[in-house]
Amino acid sequence: MEVRAESKGLVEFKDDRVFTWPTLVAKEFLAAIFVTVGLLFYSYVVDAPLRELSNPGQAENPAKAPWYFLGLQEALVYFDPWFAGVALPSLIIVGLILIPYLDINPKGNGYYTFKERKFAVSVFVLGYIYWYVLVYIGTALRGPFWAFFWPWEKWTHDFPTPPPLHDMPLPLGIILMMGFYFVGLVLPAMINRDFFNKLGIVRYVLTMGLLLTMIGTVIKMILRLSFSIKYIIATPWINI
Amino acid sequence: MKLIPDLIKKITDNEIWKSVFRHGYTDTPRNRVLQIISNVWLHLHPAKVREHGTKIRFTWCMGGITFFIFLFETITGILLMFYYVPDVNRAYADMVDLMYVVPFGRFLRNSHRWGAHAMVITVSIHMLRVFLTGSYKPPRQFNWVIGVVLLVLTLLLSFTGYLLPWDQLGYWAITVGTNMARATPLLGHEGPFAYILGMRADNDIRFALLGGTTIGAPALLRAYVWHCIAIPVIASGLMMMHFWRVRKDGGISGPL
Repeated sequence: MEVRAESKGLVEFKDDRVFTWPTLVAKEFLAAIFVTVGLLFYSYVVDAPLRELSNPGQAENPAKAPWYFLGLQEALVYFDPWFAGVALPSLIIVGLILIPYLDINPKGNGYYTFKERKFAVSVFVLGYIYWYVLVYIGTALRGPFWAFFWPWEKWTHDFPTPPPLHDMPLPLGIILMMGFYFVGLVLPAMINRDFFNKLGIVRYVLTMGLLLTMIGTVIKMILRLSFSIKYIIATPWINI
Repeated sequence: MKLIPDLIKKITDNEIWKSVFRHGYTDTPRNRVLQIISNVWLHLHPAKVREHGTKIRFTWCMGGITFFIFLFETITGILLMFYYVPDVNRAYADMVDLMYVVPFGRFLRNSHRWGAHAMVITVSIHMLRVFLTGSYKPPRQFNWVIGVVLLVLTLLLSFTGYLLPWDQLGYWAITVGTNMARATPLLGHEGPFAYILGMRADNDIRFALLGGTTIGAPALLRAYVWHCIAIPVIASGLMMMHFWRVRKDGGISGPL
C-alpha cells in the first residue's frame, strides 16, 4: 500500500494490520475461559481467610495490611509513618505518572528492547523488583511485633531485644543529605553531558531526584541495619 | 456424511433462528469486519488491529485479563450483595452464613476474594508489559497516566473490600492502613506540621476517611459504599477513557 506524503513523493506505508475477528477475539475468548476456570478451580480448592469476629480490644500480632501494601508497611521499620505511609506512596504514584513525560527517548516505542533504552528499563525493573522484595519481606518474613524471621524459622514471641538505635548528629545528617542529592545531581550531569543536555534541566532534576530518593531509601535501610541509625535528620518537627 | 450440514440447516433455516442471528457467516473479509462492527460487545475493538496486538508473547494478555477479572468481580460482587449487610451487628454473621449456609456461598466468596488478588497481580504485570514495550511513549503519554490512576483504584477497591468481612484480619489490616493517614503532613493529627492547621484526632484526614476516630459502624458503611458503588463507577469511567484512547491513539503500541 502506498500513501502520498505531501511534497515528498511516494513513501512506503507498511500495513501490518490483521482482522480482529477471529485472530484477536478467539484469543480473548480463550483467555477469559482459562481465567474463569483457573479462578473457580482455585476457589474450589482454597478457602478465603475468615478469622474470628473483629475485636477492637485485641490487636492482631502481627497486624498486617493487605499484602500489596506490605512493602510500605515494611518501609515503616526504616521511616516515620508520614514518609513510609504517605510521602513515599505519593512519590511513587507521581513518579509513575511522570514517566512518559520524563522519558523522551523515541526509541523502543512498540517493541521490547533493552539495548536502546538501558537507563529507563534498568530503573523501572529494579524499582519493580524492589517493591516486590519489600512486599515479600513484609508478608513472609515478619512475625509478631514485626520481628524478622527467616522462612525456615518458627515465628515466636521470644526473640532477642534489637540493639538500641541512635540518631545522627543534626549537622552531619543535614550535610550528608544535602551532599547526597548534590553529588547525585551534579556528578552524573558532569560525567554524561549528553544525557543531561538531551533531557534538559527540568526533566533531568525530576528524573534524578526521584531516582535518588529511591536509592536513598535503600541507603537508609543499609545505615539502619549496619549502624543502627534511626534518623539521619532528627528535628523536633520532622524526622528522616 | 450429510448429517451435520443437514442438522445445521435444520437448526438455522427457520424464523426463530433468523430472528436472533441476522445474517449467516461465511468467512469473507467483509464478514470478518461485520462480526466486529455489528456486535454491540465486540465493537469495542476496531475491525482490524496491528498484528503485535494479537500476539500473546507481546501483550501477555494482561490488560484484557484485568478487565475481564473486573467484570468477574462485578458479577460475583453483585451476588454477594444479596447476602451481605454492612452493619456491624450483622456483617460477620453474614460472612459465616456465606461460608456455611448459603448454597455455593463459600464458592462465591472465595472466587470474589481470589479474583481481587488476581486483579492486583494482573494489573501490575500489565503495567510492566506496557513499560517494557515503551507503549507509554507518544502519542500515549496520557493513557499511561489514566492507567496509573486505574492501578491505584484497583488497590483501593481491594483495600476497601478487605474491611467488609468485619473479622480480625480485615479490621486490623484497615487499622494499620488508615493509621498512615494520621501521619499525613499537615492534614493528619500526628503528622509533621499538623499544628499549623489545628489538626486533632476528630477533625483530621483519617477522621474524614473513617467517619470517626476509630473503625466502627460509619467506617464499615463507608468502606462498603466506596467498594460497591463509588470506586467501581469511577474506575468504569476511567476504563472507558482508557480503552477509547487505545483506539484513538492507533492501537495498543507503536508510533502513530
